[in-house]
Amino acid sequence: MLLAFDWSQLAQQTVIGLSSGGTWALLALAIVLIYRSTGVVNFAQGEMAMLSTFVAWSLIHHGLSYWAAFFVTVAISFGGGVGLERAVIRPVERAPVLTVVIVTIGLVFVMDGIARWGWSSETRSLPNAFSARPIEIAGVAFSIQDLGNIAVSLGIVALLWLLFRFTKLGLALRASAVNPQESRLLGIRVSWMLALGWGLAAAMGAISGMLTAPALASFDQNLMQPVLLYALAGAVLGGLESPLGAVVGSLLLGVFINLIGTYVDWIGTDLRLPVALAVILGVLLVRPTGLFGGTPVRRV
Amino acid sequence: MSEPLLELEDVEARYGPVKALHGVSLSVAEGEIVAVLGANGAGKTTTLRAVSGTVGRSGKIAFAGRSISRRSPESVTRLGIAHVPEGRGTLSALSVRDNLRLGAYVRRDRKAVREDEQRVLAYFPWLDDRRDQQAGTLSGGEQQMLALARALMLRPRLVLLDEPSLGLAPMVVAEMFRIVGELNEREGLTVLVVEQNATLALGASARAYVLEVGRVALSGTSAELRRDESVRRSYLGY
Repeated sequence: MLLAFDWSQLAQQTVIGLSSGGTWALLALAIVLIYRSTGVVNFAQGEMAMLSTFVAWSLIHHGLSYWAAFFVTVAISFGGGVGLERAVIRPVERAPVLTVVIVTIGLVFVMDGIARWGWSSETRSLPNAFSARPIEIAGVAFSIQDLGNIAVSLGIVALLWLLFRFTKLGLALRASAVNPQESRLLGIRVSWMLALGWGLAAAMGAISGMLTAPALASFDQNLMQPVLLYALAGAVLGGLESPLGAVVGSLLLGVFINLIGTYVDWIGTDLRLPVALAVILGVLLVRPTGLFGGTPVRRV
Repeated sequence: MSEPLLELEDVEARYGPVKALHGVSLSVAEGEIVAVLGANGAGKTTTLRAVSGTVGRSGKIAFAGRSISRRSPESVTRLGIAHVPEGRGTLSALSVRDNLRLGAYVRRDRKAVREDEQRVLAYFPWLDDRRDQQAGTLSGGEQQMLALARALMLRPRLVLLDEPSLGLAPMVVAEMFRIVGELNEREGLTVLVVEQNATLALGASARAYVLEVGRVALSGTSAELRRDESVRRSYLGY
């Protein structure tokens, strides 16, 4: 029997997909930011974000409101990211890529260890950032939570774009990522730009974590592991070299995975991660530079 | 001669275990164009790198009376030394305009920077039309001009120019040296230029040094060197 297609369900599921895709986009952007300046995927990005979310949880637990904790956590994470780069990445700045990759994998365990040492393994939850009430738009009910997530994610992306596109600091960050040697000759402190990049990445990861956690009934130290995989898939889909690609890729992936989970019975919620992995594999096989990545034009 | 702007005394430099400079001494006075000549591997490029700190060096390097032999490239630039490296140092993924803006990265005097942009663009009018073009898509000659324009945006006290003629058409090279000469005459720009093309370099400079395997083999005014028998045979080819 053929039922009438439910358009409002499609709209709802698309928005839910954009909401999770938005939080993945922030983490994907963090990954791309560091990848562009060091040529390395920071595998610890997820665990760094998880640790930030635990910091936020503690702040809220001590009486701060969600949004107060949000901004304090972003600041702490930024400082932590800069400090981490100075302490752990700087010593291997000139080392081969594989060395740096191994250091970031080591960081995964360090971050996880700190989170387990500092916070008990019991599950906890974060309050909703936005009202839990639904809102009706054109006869379709959406959750304010989802719309808020999308707004915050895109707002952060826009802020970052403004920073990179219109400020001298952003210009210096871009220059040192692509031409570190030449940038030093212009007086840019490239090594500090790298640290700043880590700070920004850590801050974005923190926001991603703080938007991810409230949607879950409870979370523990494994909070960001699936998000990291989705973010990697989004970044690979968009092109690891392209910030715009990371955002578009993650949003597309969020919608795709949510719709396929909704409309394809046997995938449901259980097979979402394998779908993300399949996307990574598919993109790497068919178009390794992703949707937006391309070889830069250069005359020799 | 008064106190030189740049003075190197017994400077050594090495790439890992390989020594490239074995005690180079030279000086550049304010407002002077000085050329460094020599064969491939004589240490010309390394001499400039020793000044800007992009190679490990020892010995005495003084700029405007202060020692810079331990300074990083970033802080050497902050003193007003603009190094146009081999390969021009183009930030290829950025636009022409952003390249120029970054030339003035260390300067805080925004208004003067904007004025300088106009002043510099007057020497390279075609750059203005291409301000939004990606720098990596310019031709080699255009990139060399951009590199010089960018160096000027620092309002430098000294420009280190490394092989500006490398891989460029003779007409472009002539134009390049014409502009350098004009900047020197009009604005008193001080330049230390490394060049394989000795005819050009001796024509454009007041004084020159000839390097041989990491040492200064000869030095004098460019006019003297042009008349020198050995220089003529080895570097000028007649």
